[in-house]
Amino acid sequence: MIVHQLSVFLENKSGRLTEVLEALGSERIKITALSVADTSEFGILRMIVSDPAKAKELLKERSFTVNLTEVISIMAPNEAKYYAKVLRILSDLDLSIEYTYAFSVGEKSVIILRCSNTEEALKALKDHELDLLKASDLYKL
Amino acid sequence: MEIWNRHIECMDRQELRRIQGERLRETVERVYFNVPYYRNKMQESGLGPESIHTTDDLHRLPFTTKQDLRDNYPFGLFAVPMSEIVRVHASSGTTGKPTVVGYTRNDIATWSEVMARTLTCAGANRHDFIHVAYGYGLFTGGLGLHYGGEKIGASVIPVSGGNTIRQLQLLVDFGSTVLACTPSYALFLAEAIEDARIKRDDLKLRVGVFGAEPWTENMRREIEEKLRIKAIDIYGLSEVIGPGVASECLVQDGLHISEDQFYPEIIDPVTLEVLPEGKTGELVFTTITKEGLPLIRYRTRDLTTLRYEKCRCGRTLVRMEKCLGRSDDMLIIRGVNLFPSQVESVLLEMSEIKPHYLLIVDRVNNLDTLELQVEVDEEFFQDKISQLQTLRQKIQTNLESSLGLGIRVNLVEPKTLERSEGKSKRVIDKRKL
Repeated sequence: MIVHQLSVFLENKSGRLTEVLEALGSERIKITALSVADTSEFGILRMIVSDPAKAKELLKERSFTVNLTEVISIMAPNEAKYYAKVLRILSDLDLSIEYTYAFSVGEKSVIILRCSNTEEALKALKDHELDLLKASDLYKL
Repeated sequence: MEIWNRHIECMDRQELRRIQGERLRETVERVYFNVPYYRNKMQESGLGPESIHTTDDLHRLPFTTKQDLRDNYPFGLFAVPMSEIVRVHASSGTTGKPTVVGYTRNDIATWSEVMARTLTCAGANRHDFIHVAYGYGLFTGGLGLHYGGEKIGASVIPVSGGNTIRQLQLLVDFGSTVLACTPSYALFLAEAIEDARIKRDDLKLRVGVFGAEPWTENMRREIEEKLRIKAIDIYGLSEVIGPGVASECLVQDGLHISEDQFYPEIIDPVTLEVLPEGKTGELVFTTITKEGLPLIRYRTRDLTTLRYEKCRCGRTLVRMEKCLGRSDDMLIIRGVNLFPSQVESVLLEMSEIKPHYLLIVDRVNNLDTLELQVEVDEEFFQDKISQLQTLRQKIQTNLESSLGLGIRVNLVEPKTLERSEGKSKRVIDKRKL
């Protein structure tokens, strides 16, 4: 299902990530997943958090460039072949994946991905009877 | 020490003052009758050509600024019909409009004369090979040096800028004795010579004439040690004529101004009052012989001091100190003039960003570097790296094509750039000048 991911622009300098996490921590926001994409000058921090709207406000108040991005979350057994299956479904439809990351909980893994066409991707994944995670379920993990 | 024009350069100051007064009167009369802009301005102040008798009356005349040149772009301040103009030069300017200057045949002769004085000041003569690595073209550096070199009968090598390997080859093969370029390029060449393992004995260089950008005594020492030459500071600006306005002699104690052609004043840049000898302020020139583009009290924005005592070289022409800075925000990057407002207007044309920026100027390996920090705007931010990199590249390309300068762009978080009340800090110049 569609999940709102928190995306934050970060300059590549020490202490910035800490400040983001401290800001979220001050309001007891939980983080389900986190990943950082970086270049030599800047990075983008991507997080699945318990209250995305509130998290966005908190960071905005502290002058971060922040946005909510729609991503897809899927639950599957934590074996490579299931991750491969997801990607194959999308590539067969010529849908490109802008980025993806995953984490596992016990025997299960959660795959987060951002796709060039979210609607079409969701439909295809549903047709293949993949277990699409609702936001409310994801935040509880 | 040789002096090109002993009659003028060592003239009794009283006599010089008389000549200046005479030439000033002629100039004021010419601009009053030939340049509507000046006539209007003088009439507004209740002045006519008869109001100016000697240089003591000069302070009554209004100033001319770079903005006035721009407002009258391209030829509006020329004082002769275009048929009399034999050469046009231009310098880079804000928002694509350059500052245009025009020369009559006599102006070119004047320019050659003052450049001949400059080169002779530096100890050059007809036996020298002058390697001119200033740019040739709209920039006045190359051709200015060129004509002066020919005037003194030296062998001029018009290498122009760039292509360092060829520069080195010609310096060695032709046995050049005089190097003319910007001081930062001289240092760059010195290192290239070292890297190419060229032995000092393979070079015949004796002296360098360096200008078109500010430089320090430390840079002078470095150039003199590395190239084992005498480094002479020369000063000029295209609006006044180009290089040749003033030059150090071999005593290296201030730059002699060709004040029989360009009458200098020092003013307080805030109150605009004329300052007495020895006080530091903004240098202002009135051209008193130029025909094509005579300028009355042109504000150079360069800060310096004047000294009128006779120099040990025998010259009596007034000396100005090395320029200490500017009274506006113009930057000189690798010889190119840059106003922060130019950067701002490029950014304003791009909808993806807001013009919150900081320019950082530095000098790395003797070459000026320019970095621009721009804030990422929330409205435009999505979470794709590729999108941000495309944006960065686009800013860089737009700036380079409109400023003619390589610039490194970095995206930064919003509000990391200092906002002070009214005017925020737009430039950090880390160059140690």
